[in-house]
Amino acid sequence: MNIDGVRNGIVLDHIKAGKSMMIYELLGLDKIDNCVAVIKNVSSVKYGKKDIIKIDEFIDLDYDILGYIDSNITVNRVKDGKLEKKLHMELPKNLKNVIKCINPRCITSIEQEIEHEYRLVDKENKIYRCIYCDAEHRVK
Amino acid sequence: MKDIRNLINITDLSVEEIDALIKVADDIVANPKDYEDICNHKKLATLFFEPSTRTRLSFEAAMLELGGSVLGFSSANSSSAAKGESVSDTIQTVGCYVDIIAMRHPKEGAPIVGAKRTTVPIINAGDGGHFHPTQTLTDLLTIKRKKGSLNNMTIGLCGDLKFGRTVHSLIEAMLRYEGIKFILISPHELQVPDYVKEKMNERGAEWKEVETLEEAMADLDVLYMTRVQKERFFNEEDYIRLKDSYVLDLEKLQVAKENLCIMHPLPRVNEISVEVDDDPRACYFFQALCGKHIRMALILFLLGIRK
Repeated sequence: MNIDGVRNGIVLDHIKAGKSMMIYELLGLDKIDNCVAVIKNVSSVKYGKKDIIKIDEFIDLDYDILGYIDSNITVNRVKDGKLEKKLHMELPKNLKNVIKCINPRCITSIEQEIEHEYRLVDKENKIYRCIYCDAEHRVK
Repeated sequence: MKDIRNLINITDLSVEEIDALIKVADDIVANPKDYEDICNHKKLATLFFEPSTRTRLSFEAAMLELGGSVLGFSSANSSSAAKGESVSDTIQTVGCYVDIIAMRHPKEGAPIVGAKRTTVPIINAGDGGHFHPTQTLTDLLTIKRKKGSLNNMTIGLCGDLKFGRTVHSLIEAMLRYEGIKFILISPHELQVPDYVKEKMNERGAEWKEVETLEEAMADLDVLYMTRVQKERFFNEEDYIRLKDSYVLDLEKLQVAKENLCIMHPLPRVNEISVEVDDDPRACYFFQALCGKHIRMALILFLLGIRK
């Protein structure tokens, strides 16, 4: 299957196979007008299989969400058909409204309007904690 | 704009600041006249969304002894929380009327929400089973007064170590001192949460868990007893099964050191037998008195008032 390369836009590469649709939704790619290609289960030497998203436009990306979902993702900015910049993602130190705290004792369980915030406490083991109640969240 | 200091977690204060608070608390006892009008025209709000005797009254007594005034409520039912008002809105409103707020709330992290919405200092007077930093300051002052130091001792914490917020805050505070060993005495269901164990491991602290008081008693310099709190359980059967797990009496104290310091944040139910009250090692009512002195020092510190 052939899909044209991006001339001016962004390529999200090395997405863990099967996670591309989640990223598509979380980044709000369904709301943009330009061409977006979601390519699933592409052969990869490094990972066996991977997903790729190609966006035919420069848009602001939430790197925190990308880093949280999959810190192996690379973001390639392509200009005039050439790679202009390559960014490697990492787990963000803080996350707002990405993880929902489910601790029934946490203030977020009753205070509807406040943001759900988590901070990274253990990078190696990918552990976040709610800033309000310290509830643990392990990134899978 | 002046930087506002809050006390949400005991680690919001450096060891040096805690030492300074202890010195002021001791000076308050030595020179009470110097402090009797020091907070003239200052107002403290005590916002207790959950009932309390000692914490609320000691805050109020502290502010009154400093010459300030007190207003507030002692249960959520007597505030607009009963009408569904959010914590954010309540704190933002009260912040318009007072100079400093002490709040207790059953939900964990509620004071953080409050601190984001006001420019007056917020003191966490207990947030659910999470933190209770002014109890910790009280405990530190008590240990310092009884032991003369906060370094090099073995502390036994007994009872509900899972939901006992005083325990979590005390461990976090003592981890910053030298030569502290912890013996955690609790049933399996009420062991300290993982995040507290992580903190002890991060700091390289020496600690162990045991299931009976007898296993630990002879080694202890401080024994911190806690109540198994009914309000922290979702299931009454679990509460009834565990509430009498640990009762301290004179018989168990026979093997204890002569200078053991027995503490309890109070209220107790039956986890310390009344016969222990007359033992010179019982420090829990002295601890309640220390609570007023350290809260006086804390109010002065957060308001930026010096003698």
